[in-house]
Formats: sequence, C-alpha cells, structure tokens
Amino acid sequence: MNSLALRGERLTRKWGGVVALDGVSIALHRGEIHALIGTNGAGKSTLVNVLSGEIEASAGSVELGGVDVTRWTQPRRARAGLGRSYQRSTIFPQFTVRENCRLAAQARFQRPWRWWSPASADEPTHRVSRDVARRVGLGEALDREAGSLSHGEKRQLEIAMCLATDPQVLLLDEPLAGMGAEESERMLALLAGLREGHAILLVEHDMDAVFRIADRITVLVDGAVIASGTPRAVRDNPGVQTAYLGGAA
Amino acid sequence: MDLATFLVQCLNALQYGLLLFLVASGLTLIFGVMGVINLAHGSFYMLGAYMAYALAPAFANLGGLGFFATLAAGVVLAVVFGYLLEWAFFSFLYERDHLQQVLMTYGLILVFEELRSLAMGDDVHGVAAPAWLSGSIPLGTLMAYPVYRLFISGVCVLLALGLYAVISRTRLGMMIRAGASNREMVSSLGVDVRQLFRVMFAAGVALAALAGMLAAPVSSVYPGMGNQVLIICFVVVVIGGIGSIRGALAAALLVGAVDTFGKVFFPQAAGVLVYVLMALVLLWRPGGLFKAT
Amino acid sequence: MSARAIRIAVFVAAALALALFPLVGGKFGVDFVTKMMVFAIFALSLELLVGQAGLVCFGQAAFFGIAAYATVLATPRTGAASVWWLLPAALGASGLFALFMGALSIRTRGVYFIMVTLAFSQMAYYVAHDTPLGGGTDGIYLDYTPALGIAGTPLLDLGKPWPFYYFVLAMLVAVFVFLGAILRSRFGHALAGIRVNEQRMRAAGFSTYPYKLAAFVLSGLVAGLAGFLFAVKDGFVNPELMGWNVSGTVLMMIILGGIGHLRGAVIGAFAFSLLEEFFKLDSVFGDFAKHWHLGVGLAIIACVAAMPHGIAGGRLRRATASNTEDAEVHRGKP
Repeated sequence: MNSLALRGERLTRKWGGVVALDGVSIALHRGEIHALIGTNGAGKSTLVNVLSGEIEASAGSVELGGVDVTRWTQPRRARAGLGRSYQRSTIFPQFTVRENCRLAAQARFQRPWRWWSPASADEPTHRVSRDVARRVGLGEALDREAGSLSHGEKRQLEIAMCLATDPQVLLLDEPLAGMGAEESERMLALLAGLREGHAILLVEHDMDAVFRIADRITVLVDGAVIASGTPRAVRDNPGVQTAYLGGAA
Repeated sequence: MDLATFLVQCLNALQYGLLLFLVASGLTLIFGVMGVINLAHGSFYMLGAYMAYALAPAFANLGGLGFFATLAAGVVLAVVFGYLLEWAFFSFLYERDHLQQVLMTYGLILVFEELRSLAMGDDVHGVAAPAWLSGSIPLGTLMAYPVYRLFISGVCVLLALGLYAVISRTRLGMMIRAGASNREMVSSLGVDVRQLFRVMFAAGVALAALAGMLAAPVSSVYPGMGNQVLIICFVVVVIGGIGSIRGALAAALLVGAVDTFGKVFFPQAAGVLVYVLMALVLLWRPGGLFKAT
Repeated sequence: MSARAIRIAVFVAAALALALFPLVGGKFGVDFVTKMMVFAIFALSLELLVGQAGLVCFGQAAFFGIAAYATVLATPRTGAASVWWLLPAALGASGLFALFMGALSIRTRGVYFIMVTLAFSQMAYYVAHDTPLGGGTDGIYLDYTPALGIAGTPLLDLGKPWPFYYFVLAMLVAVFVFLGAILRSRFGHALAGIRVNEQRMRAAGFSTYPYKLAAFVLSGLVAGLAGFLFAVKDGFVNPELMGWNVSGTVLMMIILGGIGHLRGAVIGAFAFSLLEEFFKLDSVFGDFAKHWHLGVGLAIIACVAAMPHGIAGGRLRRATASNTEDAEVHRGKP
C-alpha cells in the first residue's frame, strides 16, 4: 500500500522581488515523522502555509493522497484529510475544552441547515470531542475554559483540535514552542504516539527533540532545501553544519 | 462640454478634493496612529465654519487683514480646544474597542450639535469672502472663475506641502510614522506618547476647523454640514488606506473628481457615485489604495 | 433554579408583561411600545450579524428600508394586499439585497467591511432619494393596510392599534425564539467559531464564506420583517429610512443593550427609545426639551463609559459542568 500521503513538488513562492520558496520538494509518508528545520526566515512557515493552502504557490504542485490539490482552498484540503496546528495557539479561549474539540469535529459533520437541533445534542461531535481530548491528555479538563489552561495544555488542545477532523496528514508548526522540559516530554510522547496512522510534518527549532523523534529531516535555508534524509545523514552533512555552526543568514 | 466649462469643473473638483483632504488627513492620522475611530470629526469642520461666522465681526475693522486674523484666531482656538478635548475625553478612548469608540463619539456629535444650537442657533448663515478675494478670473470669453476658490485650493496645497514636510522631514513626523506602524515600540523608545497624541489630535482638529473656515464663504454655514462632510471623509480615508496621508490626498482628489463630474454627467446618480467608487476600490484592494504612512 | 430556567422564566415574564400592557398603556403607550417592539426586531437582526458572526455591518438600514419600500410599492392601488404574499415579497426584496451586499462585502475585513456595508446602504438611499423609483425626498404613502386573513375571513385588522400591537408582539416573540434556536444550533456555533477565530475554523475544514453569507441573508430577512412592520404601522416611507443615521442608531441600540446576548438587542432597543422620549419631555426639561439630543448624547457617553459591556452584558459567562457548550458558545443566549 502506498504510504505517500502528501507531496509538495518544486514549490516556489515569490513576494514581489523576494523569493520565499525556491523549488522546494518534500514528501510525507504515513507512519513517519518528517521534521522541517532551518534558520529564521528560511521559509518554513511559508512552506507549511503553501502545503495547507493558506497561501497560493507561485509555481509547483501539492498532492494529497495522490490527488492534485494545488488549486484547492484550505478548508477543502482540511476536509480531505489535511490538518494543521499553528505556532501561536488558535484555540477558542472563551469556550470550554469540550466545545473547542467539538467545534473542530463539527467540520466533518456540518449539516448547518438543521437549525432546530441544538449543537449540545450532537452526539457524533461530542464523542469525537471526548476521544481526542483524552488522547492528548486533557480528558480531565473537558469542562474547563480553554483560556484558563496552562500554556502546555493549550498546545495540547491545539493538537486535539487538529485530530478532531480525523486527518491523514498533520502539519505541526512548532508544537513545542514556549514549553518547559516536562511539558515538552509529554508533547513528544504524544507526537510519537501519533506516528502510526498519520503522516506528520514537524516544524521545530528544538534540535534535541527533532533528532530524537524525527524519522526524516529536511533542512531549509533561504527558501531552498539544502539537505534531506535520515537524522544521521543530515547531522553529518557539511552544508548543514555550516548553515548552523557558521551562523548563516 | 467646451474647454472653459471643463476647466471650471476641473478647478471645482480640485478645490473640493483639497478641502476634503484637509479634513480627511486629520481623520486618517487619528485613526491610523492612535487607533481611534472619531465620528465627531465632522463636528470640528462644522465648528470651524461657525467660528468663521462668529469671529468675522470681531476683526471687521482690520479691513483686508481681518480675514486672516479670523483664520488665525480660529486655528488657535481650535488647537486649544483639540488639546483640551483629547486630554478630557479622547485619551480615555484608546483602551476601548472600536464599537465603544463609535458609540461614544456618536454621543459627542449629538452633544456638539446641541451646544452649537444653544450657542448660535440653527439658522443658516452666510460668510462673506474678504473683498480683495471676491473677484473672478476670466476663463475664455464666457466664463469666469471665482478668485476665492482658487485661494482655497492654494491654501490647501500649501498646507498639504507643509504636512508632507513635517511628516517626512522632521523628528515629529518620524515619530508619527513610527507610531502608525507600532505604537508600543514608539513608547518603549522613550517618546512621550501621550503628548504626541495630544499634539496630533489638536492638529487634526485644527485642520478640520480650518477647512470649515475656508469653506464657509463657499458652502455657507448650516447645521448638519458636519455630518455630511464626515461621511464623505470616511469614504476618503477608507479608499486611501487608513493611516496614509498620501492615500488621503489621492483619495480626496479622486472623490472630488468623481463627485464633481458625476453631478455634471449623471445628475440623477450623483450622490451614489462616490459610494460605488468606494465599493469598487475595496473590492479590488480590500485594504485601501495605500499602506499606512 | 438553573441559569437556563431563570432565563426562560424572565423571558416568559417579559412576554406576559408586554401582552398585558395595552390594558394600562393608553393610546400613546400602545403606539410607543409597538414602535419599540419593531425596533427590537430590527436590533435582533443586527445582533445576529454583529454579536454572533462578528460582522459589524453599518448598512442594516438598507434591509429595513428596502423591505418598507417594497411593502408600499407592492401594495396594489386598488385595494389591500394580503399579508400572506406581501410579507414574503418584502422579505424577498431585503433578502435579495442582503445576498448581493453580503456576497461582495464579505471579502473585506475590519473597518473596511464596516465602510463597504455603509457604501451599499448609501447606494440604496440614493436610489430612493434621487430616482423616480423611490418617490424622491417626499416619500410614498401606503395606500392600504395589508389584510391578514384566511380564505377570505379576516383574522386581524392590522389597521387598528391593538390587533397590530399583538401581531408585532407575536412576531417579536417568534423571532426571538427562532434566533435563539439558530444560535444554539450547529450553524450558530459555527458562526461563533468564525467570530472568535476564523482561521482555525478554516483550518478545521469549514468554508467560512457561505456561513457568513447565510448569516447576512438571515439578518437581512429579519431586518426586512421590521421594515415591513414599520411601513404598515406608519403608512409612510421615505429615503431617510435607509440613511446611515438609522444604521448608526440600531448599532447604538445593540451596543447599549449589550452585544453578545439576544436580550441585549431587545433591552437596547427599548432603552434607547425610552431615553429619547425621556429627554423630549417638556414636563422635565421645559424649554430645554427641544435640545433633547444633548441629553441623549450625554447619556450614551455616560452609559458606555460606565457599562462597557452594555446593560445586559455585565455578567461574565461561567462555564459550569452543567451548562458547558450551551453556556458559553456564549452569547447568543436569550
């Protein structure tokens, strides 16, 4: 069975005269955690935005599960199984954890014309909400207001909302951002547990975490891929060493 | 349409646009830099016009200079008024969200209208242009163009240049431009943001009031003139891009042209054309024509 | 008593009070409260858009005015029209305009959205003001009050104050209950999500454009109902009904009452109207009463300064175990 879940082929993105992405190709396989690293401004966020559909590529294509989705909008890609989390939490602070997850799950079961039926009676979305909250470790916090969660818990909720839509591909933008040691450990364990059944793109700055958990690593500098392969291969790559040790860009 | 008529309409469009620019520049700065939506901005225009009417007799015995004295006195009063108003009222609006600002400044419009009504009544007044400016310049054989309107345009152009010079060449201008992009940064650099805002606000009020004073001989002085100009100025600010002086100028001239020529060619649709223009611009460029200064 | 039960009790009590009011209201009272109820419906339409969907529309008067004009223009010169087709016709007109306005405006954001909606309503205003279609500044009169009947037998004489009062009350209650259900539904929850964080909703897979457009049209229909009722009540329409002052006034009403609750819209409509009437009283202000705008202006400023969340918005939501999602998807609570 073909495990290739998402492929970006020669993606280019220009803003006026600036080239943010220069012919970047990347492949995500099911059961794999693929890390994306690079210096600040290297184009990591741009690549994720192009893959998720928030920004249009100037050139190149994106294939999701073998289907060309280059022209698809983000919601359409999301419904087709492409989930993403954001570096700055995009949870709904004034809703409960339960409602956060339920609302995300509702994307799969929309049926908005049934105006007489209250959302609170919506069994499928509630079931999904409970499941994903438990999966990320927030099972006890279902009725707490999301804004009152700790930073680490908010990042967990962010992942839960991703999972609520039952995606095949997960684009995770710095899920460890701002976390302390203990919270990071929990998150890493969670991510490792997600490996099976999902293709995961992990954008991260925390090199220890990356080398521990990633199955493949792609290195982006100035919008272009300078290395891609197993963690060992990347670590031993002289170009990568210069980029990081030489203090490039 | 023959050349002379066309020229007249062009000059009218220019004059109207430049007056709009005076009012709109204050509005866009206050909105762009201080983040406050001020619905009462039109009231300052109205107050300026009424000041021109009220102050004119005081300086009548100065002959030709009386007019300039009126303008000067009006501007000084407007600056003082603006400064005090910012201190007493507007400084509290920065913390509030836009909807609350809309509501509070709407209340202010009502207050200003009624205070004006109490102080100076509801009649429509005329204000005479100074004698030495009330002639006409002949254009071609049949038409003549009022000198006073040219004077208005001239003053506005000078002010526009002055504004440009201040914004792009002086330290004050630099702080304003910085403030338009990043308020917190500016204050963390040690600039007294409160003072800066107070000065800017007072300047905005003065510009609007001055526009009202200049316009008084041409458009006469009547209640409700503030509201009319307000809504058009919002259109100008939005088309030009919030916070951009350049945008306000471009948009004001555009609006002046569309309105003036619209009235000539499509008298039935005249009022609506400016709004069609705005809708078209926003559908093409949802953020207005220019970015913030 | 749970919070939900209290809310329902208050709602029933208020409806009852309104139902009994004509017995003590007198002619002026009944007329005045009828007007307030029409504006309450108008305010509810805007609350759906602003409070729930987060779309601050400054052109609500267009839907109101267009429906009012449609009511008058569609009434045949020969006799009374039946409510059964006249009302849908009026709603159709305002709904269609809402579809048009929404489709084009939703692409813009923030203050630009506010201004685009203003622009569209100004277009409607100028069509009524400057073209023969609208009858010009003088406005047009409603020739015949629409007839409400079934198979020939009249049900209510809408031309008389009391029957019309109860008709409007019934409409208000129906709209309130209907919008309450909408806000509790999946659709309503999705709108709330779009208001709080549209990006997250899109990332989850919601196409947000159709949702916002639907909210627009729904809002336009409810505002159209208010416009229809207004035209029937006054028997006269003029372009000012579509003016930006009206859009501004209804926005004031919901801000005053408290954004985020349906009851805020009703409370705001009533409070604003009462405020206006109070400051017009000769008995209190004597000669000064003609400057009632001053009082209203100062009162608005004072209210917003003291109660930033409006009259009804004081309490913060409590997310207790018993009324979770329902409680806070917040607002949208009757």
